[in-house]
Amino acid sequence: MATRTGGDVTGTVAEATGAAGSEDAASVVRTRGLTKKFGARTVLDGVDLDIERGEFVALLGRSGSGKSTLLRLLAGLDRDSTGDLHVDGTVSVAFQEPRLVPWKRVLDNVTLGLRGSDPVAAAERALAEVELTERRDRWPLTLSGGEAQRVSLARALVRNPDLLLLDEPFSALDALTRINVHRLVLDLWARHRPGVLLVTHDVDEALLLADRVLVLDGGRIAHQSTVGLPRPRAREDRELIELRSVLLARLGVTLEGTT
Amino acid sequence: MSASPIDLARPAARARPGLPRLSALPRPRLSLRLISPLVLLALWQITSSTGVLPERLLPSPATVAGTAVTLTADGTLIDAVTVSLQRAVIGFLAGAVAGLALALVAGLSRTGEGIVDPPMQMLRALPLFGLIPLFILWFGIGEIPKVILVAFGVLFPIYLNTYSGIRGVDARLAEVGQVLRLGRAALIRHIVLPGALPQTLVGLRQSLGVAWLALIVAEQVNASKGLGFMINDAREFLRIDIVVLGLLVYAILGLTTDALVRLLERRALSWRRGLVAT
Repeated sequence: MATRTGGDVTGTVAEATGAAGSEDAASVVRTRGLTKKFGARTVLDGVDLDIERGEFVALLGRSGSGKSTLLRLLAGLDRDSTGDLHVDGTVSVAFQEPRLVPWKRVLDNVTLGLRGSDPVAAAERALAEVELTERRDRWPLTLSGGEAQRVSLARALVRNPDLLLLDEPFSALDALTRINVHRLVLDLWARHRPGVLLVTHDVDEALLLADRVLVLDGGRIAHQSTVGLPRPRAREDRELIELRSVLLARLGVTLEGTT
Repeated sequence: MSASPIDLARPAARARPGLPRLSALPRPRLSLRLISPLVLLALWQITSSTGVLPERLLPSPATVAGTAVTLTADGTLIDAVTVSLQRAVIGFLAGAVAGLALALVAGLSRTGEGIVDPPMQMLRALPLFGLIPLFILWFGIGEIPKVILVAFGVLFPIYLNTYSGIRGVDARLAEVGQVLRLGRAALIRHIVLPGALPQTLVGLRQSLGVAWLALIVAEQVNASKGLGFMINDAREFLRIDIVVLGLLVYAILGLTTDALVRLLERRALSWRRGLVAT
């Protein structure tokens, strides 16, 4: 899509709040030629990525493709990248493991670091949204995996993020719980309309949830598909099946082949 | 956001709180656990009463109990315990505060680690009780050398455990703090310190053991009051009953402080107990 800026632009990493510096007010993420090296290994090699406010983008890639690195750069957890990286507004992250603070009760996990006039009321609303009101005083270690992940989502959403980063948050859930949490995430997304970047290796998940599916390969965005279907989507939908085989091929999986 | 996060080492292999531990196995009922000590006590009394165990080697429990009553009544025992307890408490507090402070400095910054940790690791190798002559030369034979010896003994278990507790805090939780935009102070308060607490409490229990031991040794070497003095004085007059009583009082004091820490542990680490409840 967008043209690459020529050469290596040295790190102008701006995480401005407000619209300053961004040409397009609607985009929450804008990277150009984003490059990240760990030692001699180039993990990201010139990534151009735009995510608009309210847009749900899924990022697919094999393990080691750099998709988590890209997410960590956007979250501000990794640094020292080169190229342009603009993240506009507030960012929340839900990790693969729920990463609840075990010595804080559920409600205190949600309010942790929360500013505003009434953090407790906001946290209670967020817990109600993920249907965990009655778990507010429990210790995180007593929650089931699905419950913990929902608390993690509540903790991310209570901050009203402009950008929600999801780092394979469904991969540790059992299949039934996953269906429920998918539905919940779509609900919450529809209500709050943050820009979402979902990092996953599950093609079906990406197709069920996202407006746009990107494939990261060799450190760059090698492919993108737009999914125009209304939600909720069915896995059996013909268009989804076609897109799935395209994406799988892009990921190096051929359905007829041996591997 | 530009401030670098607290440099926490990657989580080392720590005891996973989720795994059942041996200590979590059901313990025999209290009444059952009382049987064997009571039998031993009875044996002691019987062998003493029948003369198998000569009174001049080990007086009977009844004699020791009688001595306890006498010495409590005339105030000797209370005075001795008060003096010893005071030394233990002051020494312990000084050592614990210093150990915690140094652990925070070393645990929370690489520079602090570089400055604090090497000398601590070197000093740790010094034999605690080998320092007594030096302390006597430096501080005389008053209260100060005893308190300092206790403090010195307490310092290292608290320092080492708290320091490794801070370094062992899950780096993934530190990332959560960063993502939630906790400032440095809030990160330390909500993530780092509570994360290090279990290990600090281990250090606390170890250091209490060391504190009593250091006190006993210090009081044996030179003292003009306190439990150690009472024991030494009694030895001169071959009052073995008083010696035994003094040892029992030391034991009771040690057990009491250990129980206090365990109570503290239970309250402070109740978030772990949730595991057992599920």
